[in-house]
Amino acid sequence: MKISIRINGKKHTDEVEPRISLTHYLRETLDMTGTHIGCDTSACGACTVTLNGDAVKSCTLLAVQADGAEVTTIEGMAKNGEMHPIQQAFKEKHGLQCGFCTPGMVMVAADILKHTPNPSEEDIRHGLKGNFCRCTGYHNIIKSIQHAAELINK
Amino acid sequence: MGNYVGKPVKRREDARFLKGAGTYTDDIKLRKMTQSAFVRSPYAHAKILNIDTSEAKKAEGVVAVFTAQDGCGEFGVPCGWQVDFKNGETMREPKHPLLAKDKIRHVGEAVAIVIAESLELARDAAELVSVDYEELPAVTDPKKAMDKDAPLVHDDWKDNAAFDWCIGNDRAEVEAALEKAHHVTEMEFRNQRLAPNAMEPRSYIADYDVNGDKWTLYTSTQNPHLIRLLMCAFALGIPEQKVRVVSKDVGGGFGSKVYHYTEECLVTWASKEIGRPVKWTSDRSEAFLTDAQGRDHVVKSKMGFDKDGKIVAHLTDEYCAMGAYLSTFAPAIPTYLHGTLFQGVYTTPLIHLNVTAPFTHTVPVDAYRGAGRPEATYLLERIVSKGAREMGIDPTEIRFKNFIPPFDGVEQEGYQTQVALQYDSGNYEGVLKKGLEMLGYEDFRKEQSEARKNGKLIGVGFSTYIEGCGIAPSAVVGALGARAGLYEVGQVRVQPTGKVSVFTGSHSHGQGHETVFAQFVADKLGIPMDDIEIEHGDTDQVAFGMGTYGSRSLSVGGSAIMKSIDKILEKGAKIAAHKLEAAEEDLDYAEGKWTVKGTDKSVSFGDVSLTAYVPHDYPEGLEPGLDFSSFYDPANFTYPFGTHIAVVEVDADTGRVMLNRFIAVDDVGNIMNPMIVDGQIHGGVAQGVGQALLEEVVYDEGGQMITGSYMDYAMPRADDLPMIETANTVTPCPHNPLGVKGAGEAGTIGSTPAVVNAVVDALAHLGVTDIQMPLKPQTVWKAMQN
Repeated sequence: MKISIRINGKKHTDEVEPRISLTHYLRETLDMTGTHIGCDTSACGACTVTLNGDAVKSCTLLAVQADGAEVTTIEGMAKNGEMHPIQQAFKEKHGLQCGFCTPGMVMVAADILKHTPNPSEEDIRHGLKGNFCRCTGYHNIIKSIQHAAELINK
Repeated sequence: MGNYVGKPVKRREDARFLKGAGTYTDDIKLRKMTQSAFVRSPYAHAKILNIDTSEAKKAEGVVAVFTAQDGCGEFGVPCGWQVDFKNGETMREPKHPLLAKDKIRHVGEAVAIVIAESLELARDAAELVSVDYEELPAVTDPKKAMDKDAPLVHDDWKDNAAFDWCIGNDRAEVEAALEKAHHVTEMEFRNQRLAPNAMEPRSYIADYDVNGDKWTLYTSTQNPHLIRLLMCAFALGIPEQKVRVVSKDVGGGFGSKVYHYTEECLVTWASKEIGRPVKWTSDRSEAFLTDAQGRDHVVKSKMGFDKDGKIVAHLTDEYCAMGAYLSTFAPAIPTYLHGTLFQGVYTTPLIHLNVTAPFTHTVPVDAYRGAGRPEATYLLERIVSKGAREMGIDPTEIRFKNFIPPFDGVEQEGYQTQVALQYDSGNYEGVLKKGLEMLGYEDFRKEQSEARKNGKLIGVGFSTYIEGCGIAPSAVVGALGARAGLYEVGQVRVQPTGKVSVFTGSHSHGQGHETVFAQFVADKLGIPMDDIEIEHGDTDQVAFGMGTYGSRSLSVGGSAIMKSIDKILEKGAKIAAHKLEAAEEDLDYAEGKWTVKGTDKSVSFGDVSLTAYVPHDYPEGLEPGLDFSSFYDPANFTYPFGTHIAVVEVDADTGRVMLNRFIAVDDVGNIMNPMIVDGQIHGGVAQGVGQALLEEVVYDEGGQMITGSYMDYAMPRADDLPMIETANTVTPCPHNPLGVKGAGEAGTIGSTPAVVNAVVDALAHLGVTDIQMPLKPQTVWKAMQN
């Protein structure tokens, strides 16, 4: 099937098998490997991207379902070489270790902050429920998102 | 020491990860690369009657299908540690085949590999492989595996034991002391099986170059040089110098990526067979079924106390599962990394541990974060607290009574335990005192008794742990059965411009070596961090290495680098002396320059470096260049220690445990980067709390894993944990140049018993004395009803 998706502001048109996931399309067809696969079953959130502004798990979304949509991936967060405030905050607060869950965490953080610009610790924990991190115990991810809120609201 | 060490320097590796620009193995795509999928057994124990690959071979896009009949059947992956039976019988070491030939020994064992033009086509074709099995009865529980009528995992031997082992004082002496003890506390429990679950699934790409007759293996390992050695010399019999193993960005390991796995060996073999690169990336279901798992001990223990609460003797018998085959370091885990910690932080005069290690029809068990030490700590910290409660002694008081007194390993000697090891330095009462201050213990007890009046169940639990990191020295571990040395390699190459490349055999898969190693190198050389690059994870770049596990990177890998820097500065001083027309002994080195003492005459590190490579005006007889490599073989383990305190509330109606506070006071020796140490503790604690409250791999009677997905295996999510309150005391390691001990596993080792002790404390007035992990609501609720 032919699909056309605007990804990080750029339009991509490709012929794809109907069964392939959006993650697979990003990684294998477009070589955008920042979006990771940690479980393939929507449980871990490493594949989180935003679809028309909302966080989705791209491993259980078919590429064809994203036809016509606006998608932002981790590669689209930095602008003109400067990291997005969420990315800056993750660095500042040591919100990542091995880095594998990180793209998903940054994307879901964007979603949390979009809906709750001044989130409480509880709001953040709730918002992160769909994303696993095995390295940080979430402690510094929460600090990072709190710090990102400060940077964005400044 | 200087400008960087001890400061929370932000990580240099973060930018690429934050931009999605890391290079994990699955991100790599090579020309003509094929993809592969495995056909795996749905049975735990079965005879393979027939494998029909004819349909698969005809399927679209299939390049090759291999079974054990196709040439790879002769190969198997080796075990790296030998523990013989107490009676002298050699460890039973079955071949661990790359693909099962006649018999299946655990669910998920591979019987065929299908290689195709794409992953989808490989998976489609794998579905077409037809295997006839005859299912056989299985045994998955390590104790039941030693029953007389237990199904045999390997038919070559009369029972399922891989080995048995003991450590400590004479058993009869320990038993006699328990007979005479004022009070004896007993416990029986299962330290449940855990799945490590690094977020990046294992991934391999093998690339055979026909023209050069060389292989490159891209692999998500913690241990590239050891993988190369094991694969070349002990599995495939290919020349080591023809194989390059690359392992750059790795998405977490926690032990599970230390080992040489059958899949990476098989894709390496297959790449030569088909003359093209072969990739395999595990999916999460395969990770549950095939990544080496942790723990799985069945424990029976007795601890004797005198009337004052002093521990007089400790006797434990354990059954520790090995799984279907012996994974790379498996035999060392319930023995030398476990029994050797049975002294804990206490002066216990008599200790005996007996271990029986059976094969079971499960995925192999090996080191998982902490590796043997969490199991030892869980037992000690639970039984000491249980004993205190039975004797009416406060759990902190019993610890203060029994602590080994403080010793620094310099003025006071190291502490010789009853279980072989000599601790390097420690101040165990110091960490507990600090933890109690942070907790506000007296106020908590008041709050608890008030809460009880209102039917609210809150409790506090303590754990005062010790652990051993940087297992060494090589000669000792060799005598104990290790088939490898446990040193590390650090090369420091000063470039002509005075910039520095450091090559380390340590491997970072989240620990932040690119930052921390550069911090101490910069300070020692007195140059900016930006002038230093840390390289790891490529056998063609790094001379040799033993990888990262057992919290060894800084204490062993860092020390190797320090040794090379000493050589650099020694040679640099000769060049500087020549340039300054002074004697070497008249020079001081500081802030990146050599200065003639008492003068302003100096020469910079950069000038000396350039001179070393452009040796026109140069000391006679001195070799050009400034590049040194060192092997560092530590004199001893290092022994971090600490106190972990958990405060919980148990929902009286549902049994749900809420972890309200977690305090971790850890002494990891000198601290290079407090931000990173805290991060290691946070993550370690999360995994330890995960074991206490949530995680468990469950096999049913037939050997099916019924927790093989994230829907069934409960890993901690963000709302399962509180913010973690961390603090440190600093007792330097006396035997390595950085004075560091290790922080990677402390959080996991210390935390689990603190949480369970807290829940028992919350419920003790209801008559609860013990609860089996994980403390699921139904388990806690049932305990409350009894």
